[in-house]
Amino acid sequence: MTDFKVTPLSEDSFRNAIRESTSPRAVYDMAPGEAYTKFFEGLREGKILGTKCPSCGLVHVPPKVYCQYCYLPLTQWVEVKDEGFVETAVVVYIAAERERLEKPEVVGVIRLEGSGDRYRYPGLMHRICTEPEEVKSSRIMGAKVKARWATERKGSINDIECFEVVSWK
Amino acid sequence: MDPIRVGIVSYGFSGFSPSVPSKSFREMVFEAASKAYAKVGLNPRTDVDAFVSCKEDFWEGISITDEFAPDQLGGALKPVFTVTGDGLLGIINAYMMIKTGAFDVIAVEAHGKPSEVMSYGDIERMAQDPIYLRPLAFPSYHTVKALEARAFMKYSNLTREDLGIYVSQSKRNGLLSNRAPHASSLTVDSYLSERELVGPLSHSDLAPRSDAALVFVLASEGRARELTDSPTWITGVGWATDYHTPSYRELGRDIATKNASEMAFRQAGLGDPGKQLAFVEADERYSFMALMEVSSMGLVKDLRQPLRSGDLSRDGSLPVNRRGGALSEGLPLEAHGLARLASACDLLDGTGAVVSNMGNTSAVLVVRP
Ligand SMILES: [Zn+2]
Repeated sequence: MTDFKVTPLSEDSFRNAIRESTSPRAVYDMAPGEAYTKFFEGLREGKILGTKCPSCGLVHVPPKVYCQYCYLPLTQWVEVKDEGFVETAVVVYIAAERERLEKPEVVGVIRLEGSGDRYRYPGLMHRICTEPEEVKSSRIMGAKVKARWATERKGSINDIECFEVVSWK
Repeated sequence: MDPIRVGIVSYGFSGFSPSVPSKSFREMVFEAASKAYAKVGLNPRTDVDAFVSCKEDFWEGISITDEFAPDQLGGALKPVFTVTGDGLLGIINAYMMIKTGAFDVIAVEAHGKPSEVMSYGDIERMAQDPIYLRPLAFPSYHTVKALEARAFMKYSNLTREDLGIYVSQSKRNGLLSNRAPHASSLTVDSYLSERELVGPLSHSDLAPRSDAALVFVLASEGRARELTDSPTWITGVGWATDYHTPSYRELGRDIATKNASEMAFRQAGLGDPGKQLAFVEADERYSFMALMEVSSMGLVKDLRQPLRSGDLSRDGSLPVNRRGGALSEGLPLEAHGLARLASACDLLDGTGAVVSNMGNTSAVLVVRP
């Protein structure tokens, strides 16, 4: 075995080291803009709204005022169903610093019905209310889900509590 | 082979208002970009080879903010890169990319929405040395600039009255601009009656803030001539960065601007820029900065004479900010340099220098018709 020359550091050495801690204070009040404002107004009414591109036909959810593929302004608003299919999902067991969560959370990407191709579709990343087992077994992939709406809605993405499984693939 | 020339063929803007609450920054950039493309009939999806976006995560409140850059420019899934600095640095990057011969048309974007930054002073404080300066917790982030102002005024023998001449003239110039909500016919007397805020600076020395987005389109010579009859040619570029901590810097002069301008003037073949330049568009985050740049670029020997005689006014021999600067337009953070460049393009009647200085990074462009 190689004999490494090391200098051990005691707890005291760490404590006595000179340090300076800094706490950034970063506070913003961001304008959601024309597209998100209308989107959130829709959520408050229990509707998922998108903007439809006159050229490629893609319905943008969350909406934009332009199609990033065709570079055209989007002015046609459409309501999409609050139902869709699970593109992918994971079980999250840890918080930001890898602390174990008491209760794991299932997060997924939902493809909403309406338009699109394999890569481009109206969709939302959101919570999925299902058992971790259904995700670990991959049974959740492709499952049909529906938005569970909050009873009190205030124009926020949390007006949808989560997506619930309606039927398995 | 002749070197590739680079021209500005178009620009568009959105905002220049103390606050634009109805649009997100992406929607503002979309508006500015759509205007820039429409003027020269470009479809960014097919006709623009690459995109440059200038912004800083802390102002945006989004980290890895480069992913938020492409869509609104028409650059989705195309070559896009971001510059964490003033828009003029983005122009310089695009200029160099076109010079390589690998790109013909490039769009450059910068925007700022300071109205959304609720902890502005704290974000500014984050720019200070975190170990040595931040713990001193100076009350205002204007402190460093005020120290520079004092040192510069001493170096150049300027009085508050001299600053007043500049402020009054620049805010009046702003009255002729269509994007200057803070322009006014402020007199030197009313300027002098303002209370000191920090050091030699009073209210009208500090640029107010504004929300704005600007998009420029640059092209190689051949493409530029196809796209417009009147391109703005970029004939020299330079940039330099000075140290962040004031005690390491010469405060009476702006050495970064001096070095950047020497580089740009050399490329442009300007042996006597003070005589050869028809105008200057200078950074005006603070009143004194515009004067400090004119002096640091070596355009005048003794600032007092041209300032007091009116040579720096819009009808003078070396006009500075002919349609006002940030004192009139407000400061849209990273977009300020592009606002200066926009004014240069609007009034282009000779060879001019365009300068931005954010933090201690200076960028200088020489442009001509
Ligand atoms: Zn489209």
